[in-house]
Amino acid sequence: MTGRLLALGLALVFVASYAAAQVGADKRRSGYQDMGEALQKMQDDDTANPGMLYVQLGGQLWKRAVGAADKSCADCHDAAPASMKGVAARYPAIPTGGDRPVDLEGRINLCRTENQKAEPLPPENRDLLALSAYVAHQSRDLRIAPPYDPRLDAFRREGAEIYRRRQGQLNLSCAICHDDNAGKKLAGIVIPEAHPTGYPIYRLEWQALGSLKRRLRNCLVGIRADAWPLDAPEYTALELYLMERAKGMKLETPAVRP
Amino acid sequence: MSNILVNAPKTARRGDVVEIKALIMHPMETGFRPGPNGRIIPRNIIERFTATWNGADIFAMDMSPAIAANPFVSFFAEAKESGTVVLRWTGDEGFAAEQRVDIAVE
Amino acid sequence: MDRRLFLAGTAAIIVLPLGPAAATPDAMTEAIKKVIGNATPTEGRVKLEVPPLVENGSTVPLNVSVESPMTDSDHVKAIHVFNEKNPQPNVFSARLGPRSGKAVVGTRIKLGDSQRIVAIAETSDGRFWSAGADVIVTLAACLEESP
Ligand code: HEC
Ligand code: HEC
Repeated sequence: MTGRLLALGLALVFVASYAAAQVGADKRRSGYQDMGEALQKMQDDDTANPGMLYVQLGGQLWKRAVGAADKSCADCHDAAPASMKGVAARYPAIPTGGDRPVDLEGRINLCRTENQKAEPLPPENRDLLALSAYVAHQSRDLRIAPPYDPRLDAFRREGAEIYRRRQGQLNLSCAICHDDNAGKKLAGIVIPEAHPTGYPIYRLEWQALGSLKRRLRNCLVGIRADAWPLDAPEYTALELYLMERAKGMKLETPAVRP
Repeated sequence: MSNILVNAPKTARRGDVVEIKALIMHPMETGFRPGPNGRIIPRNIIERFTATWNGADIFAMDMSPAIAANPFVSFFAEAKESGTVVLRWTGDEGFAAEQRVDIAVE
Repeated sequence: MDRRLFLAGTAAIIVLPLGPAAATPDAMTEAIKKVIGNATPTEGRVKLEVPPLVENGSTVPLNVSVESPMTDSDHVKAIHVFNEKNPQPNVFSARLGPRSGKAVVGTRIKLGDSQRIVAIAETSDGRFWSAGADVIVTLAACLEESP
C-alpha cells in the first residue's frame, strides 16, 4: 500500500476487548469470528469473495494437461468434488513411500513431478495456490481431521515446541500472542487464536491469495525473527501442530482475512 | 483468459430492477509502490468498466488506482427485455476482458 | 505468561509510513471542482456507506446510493467518489441513467490512511448532491517483510 514501508506498530496496548459471548462447549474461535461484519460478508458471498477467483482458476488448471506425461489432474482424479472431498482436512500427511510429512501444496507438487512429469511450482506461485485453493475448497464446511499416523507424532511435537519457543528481537512465542493474549487487541487488531481454518486465504493486506506459510512468515517478521526459507520443514511441523489444535473446527477455504 | 465471477439473476420479471455484481482478477497496481528492487512498479490498472444490455449502455465506471485489487463492482439495471448483458473491462497494458450473461425476462 | 513481561517485550517501535506525496484536502477540493465546476453540491439525497473502522485499508467495501425516481425526466446521471489522502483524489466516476432503475453503486477501495471520503451525485436537472464519511484505518499488525 501507499509506501507503508515498515509499519511494525507494536506500540500497542492490549485492550481487553471483547466480552466474548461464547456459546457451547467448544470455545475455540476461527479468525472469521474476529472479523468485522463487512469482511464476514465478503467471505460468505461466493461471488464477492476474491478467493473464489482463484478457486475458479484452480478448476481450470485441474483440467489442463501438463508435463511430459501430458496428463491433467482430472485424468487421474476425475471430478474434484468427489475425489478431493475431505483431503485438505487431513493434511499435512506422509505420502506413500515417503518418510516426511508434506502439506497440501507439497502433495500437489509431488503429483506434478511424479505423475505429470512436470517441474514443481515454486512456493506462493499463483497456479499452485489456485490448485491448492480448488482442492481445499472441496472440504469447505468439513471438520479438520488430522490422520492417525504415529509417524507424525515427532513432527507435531516439534511444531508444538516451535510454537512455545521465544524468538525474534521481541523475544515472543506464538503461544504468548495466540494462547495467552488471543482476543485482546494489538495495534487495533484482535489477535486471533491462529487456527488454520481457511488456507490458502485471501488476505487483504496481500491483495492476493497466500499460503499458511506466508501467513506464518508475516508473524515471524512481526516479532523480528528470521523467517525460515519457504521450503523449511519448520512450517510443516507448525502446520501439523496447528491442525491438531484446530481438530474438529470447520474448514472455510478460501477464507478472507485482514 | 481472465478469471471473472458474475452474479446476476437468470430470470427476471419485466420491469424488475436487478442487481449485477462482478469480480475480476487483476492486480490494480497503483504505480506508486516501490518494488523489491526499490524502483516504482509501473501502474497497471483497469481504467474502465462498462455494461450493456442488448447493446444499450446500462452502466459505466472509470476506475482509479484507489480501486482495490481484484476489482468488485455492483450496480442495478431495469429488466426490459430478454437478452445478453455484456460486461467489459479495459485498462493499462492493453488489458481487455469480457463476460456475457443471459437474462430471460418474462 | 505474564502480561507485563509481554508489554515490555513489545515496547513500541512505530515507523511511520513515508508514502509518496499524498492527496490533500486541497487536492480533493480541486478534483471535485473539475467535476462539478462552480456548482455547490447540496448535502443530502446521497447515502455513503463505508465501515467507520476498517481492519485493513487495502480492500474497503463502499456503497453509494442516491434517492431518485430514476425516470427519464428525473434521474441520477453520475456518481463520483473522492478521497483526501490516497496519492490521487479521484476514486471512481460511475455513469448511470434511467435504465439503472436504482441509483446504487458498490465497489471496494484502497485507503492508505484514516481519512474523509466524499461522494457526489449529479442529477439530470444539473444539480449536485453530496455526502461524506470518515474512515479510521487500523494498521495491520504483522506485515510482509519490507522491500
Ligand atoms: C498420473 C496420475 C495423476 C495425476 C496426473 C495427478 N495425480 Fe494426484 N495423485 C495420484 C495418485 C496415484 C495419488 C495417490 C498417491 C498415494 O496414494 O500415495 C495422488 C494423490 C493426490 C493428492 C492427495 C490425495 C489424498 O487423499 O491424500 C492430491 C491432493 C492430489 N493428488 C492432487 C493432484 C493435483 C492437484 C493434480 C494436478 C496438478 C494431480 N494430483 C495430478 C495420481 C495423479
Ligand atoms: C505479537 C503477537 C504475535 C505473535 C508472537 C505471533 N502472531 Fe500470529 N498473528 C498475530 C496477529 C495480530 C494476527 C492477525 C493479523 C491481522 O489480522 O492482521 C496473527 C495471525 C496469525 C494466523 C492467522 C490466523 C487466521 O485466522 O488465518 C496464524 C495461523 C498465526 N498468526 C500463527 C502464528 C504462529 C505459528 C506464530 C509463531 C511462529 C505467531 N503467529 C506469532 C500476532 C502474533
